[in-house]
Amino acid sequence: MSLKLPIYLDNNATTPMDPRVLEAMLPYFTDRFGNAASRNHPFGWAAEEAVDYAREQVAKLIGCDPKEIIFTSGATEADNLALKGVYEMYASKGNHIITLTTEHKAVLDTCKHIEKLGGQVTYLEVKEDGLVDLQALEAAITSQTILIAIMYGNNEIGVLQPVKEISNLARKHNVLFFTDGTQAVGKVPVDVQRDGIDLMAFSAHKMYGPKGVGALYVRRKNPRVKVTAQMDGGGHERGMRSGTLNVPGIVGFGRACEICMNEMEAEAARLSKLRDKLEQSLLALEEAYVNGNREHRLPHVANISFKYVEGEGLMMGFNKDIAVSSGSACTSASLEPSYVLKALGLGDDLAHSSLRFGLGRFTTEEQIDYTIKAVSDTVLKLRDMSPLWEMWKDGVDLTKIEWAHH
Amino acid sequence: MAYSEKVIDHYQNPKNVGTLDKSKTNVGTGLVGAPECGDVMRLQIEVDEASGLIKDAKFKTFGCGSAIASSSLATEWLKGRTVDQALEIDNMDIVEELALPPVKIHCSVLAEDAIKAAVNDYRVKNGLVAVEEVALKH
Repeated sequence: MSLKLPIYLDNNATTPMDPRVLEAMLPYFTDRFGNAASRNHPFGWAAEEAVDYAREQVAKLIGCDPKEIIFTSGATEADNLALKGVYEMYASKGNHIITLTTEHKAVLDTCKHIEKLGGQVTYLEVKEDGLVDLQALEAAITSQTILIAIMYGNNEIGVLQPVKEISNLARKHNVLFFTDGTQAVGKVPVDVQRDGIDLMAFSAHKMYGPKGVGALYVRRKNPRVKVTAQMDGGGHERGMRSGTLNVPGIVGFGRACEICMNEMEAEAARLSKLRDKLEQSLLALEEAYVNGNREHRLPHVANISFKYVEGEGLMMGFNKDIAVSSGSACTSASLEPSYVLKALGLGDDLAHSSLRFGLGRFTTEEQIDYTIKAVSDTVLKLRDMSPLWEMWKDGVDLTKIEWAHH
Repeated sequence: MAYSEKVIDHYQNPKNVGTLDKSKTNVGTGLVGAPECGDVMRLQIEVDEASGLIKDAKFKTFGCGSAIASSSLATEWLKGRTVDQALEIDNMDIVEELALPPVKIHCSVLAEDAIKAAVNDYRVKNGLVAVEEVALKH
C-alpha cells in the first residue's frame, strides 16, 4: 500500500470528522431541518427528539444526567460560560478563582476579563512535569474562593491533572471545581461522578465530530450548580444558553461521543503504542527531551524538544508532508515561545526547539514510520547547520555567552 | 505561512554552510542573535590579503527557514566583494530578493548585523577601528 501524503499529526488542534458522524448529521441539514424549540409541529418534534437522543449520548460518555448538558458553540464558549457564569452567580459568596498558568487561552483570557470586572484570580505555577502542586493549590484557597479552574488534559504537552485529588480539595473547602476537558473527553475515561467535577467544558471537533458545537456540563445535584447566562434570548438550555440549537452539529456531537465510548479503550491502547514508538525513536537522537509528565498523560500526544534546532525551521523540513505543531512562534510580532513550555521551567531555547505530535483515530503505523525518518533526517541536517550545535559539541558553555538580544 | 520559492530553495540547498578558522587574522567572524529569541547566526568571511576581496564566506544558523535563507543568501553576496563593499548589503535587499513577509524582516536585519559583526571582527583583528557600533537592539 502506498503512503498517502500529507500525514496529519495535529489532532490536538482539531480532528477529521469520522464518516459515521457525517452520516448521522446529514438528514438534519435537509429533511429534518426543524427548530428544536418548535413545540407545535412534527418538524420541531423530530429536531427535539434528535437533540434529546444526542444529549443522552453525550451524557453517557461522561457519566452524567442528560439534563446536566448545556450545548454551546464549542469549548471556548463553554469555558466563558462556566467562568463568567459562576463569577456572576456566586458573587455574594466570594470573588476569587484559582487556575493554572498552563491553562488554555480561553480560560486565561476569560480570567483576565473577570479581573477587570473586579474579581481576584490566582494563577498557580505548575511543577516541572506540568502537574499542579496540590499543596500550593490548597494553600491558595481563601474564604473568598468560589471556583478552581484546572484543565483535565493539557493541549500542548498532554499531561493529565490529578482531577480526583483536586476535586477532593474543592469539596473539603466548599469550592466549585471546573475543568476544561476538551483534550481528554473521548480519549481517556472521564466520569464526572468518579472525578468529582462540578462543571466541565468540551468540544465535538476534538473527538472526530463537527466544528462549532460543544458542551458545558453543569452539575445538578450535590451540589446543585448554577451559572448566570452570558447571552440573552429565548432561554434555551434551561435558561443558561440562549440561541437556536445547532441540531445537525449536536446530532454529530452525540454520535461522535457514542463512537468514542465504544472504541476509546482499544483506541487509547493502539495510539499509546504508536506514540511510544515515535517517541522512543526520536529520543534516540542526541539531546532530545520529552516535555511534561510521561506517566500521567493522554495516550496520543508527544511533545519533544530537539535541542539546538529551532522548531519552525525544523517543521519546514517536512511540513509539506507531515502536519505537526511547534512551540515556537518566530515572527516579529511574537518572538515568545510557548507559555506552557516556559511554565515547565524550560529555557526559551528548548521551548523554541519543540514539536507537538498529536496522533489520532486515522493515524497508521506506516505514517509513524515515515514521520520518524523525516523528522530524524531534518534534525540531523539542521544540526549540521546550527552554530549552537557546533559550539555545544566543542564544549562551549552556551549560557556563558553574552547574546545580543533582539 | 507559505514561504517563497527562493526561501525554500535556500533552505533545502543552503549555500556555504560551514566553519572557517576563526583564529586566522584574515577571517572575520560575526555571531548575532540569541537562542532565547529563536535565532542565532554565525557568519564568517575570509579575505584575500593581496586583493582585499572576500574569497570565502560561510554560515551556520539556528532559526526558521527565513533566517537560514537570509544567511545563505548573504554568504553568496559577500564573495568577491571588498570588506567595505560588504557593508553596503542592506537588509531590505535581502527582503526583496527572498520576498520575505513583514513578520520575517527581522531575519534579514539579523543577516545584516551578522555581516557588520564579521567585518568589524576582521577590522579589529587587523588593527583597524570598528566601522560602527553594530546595533544590538532592534
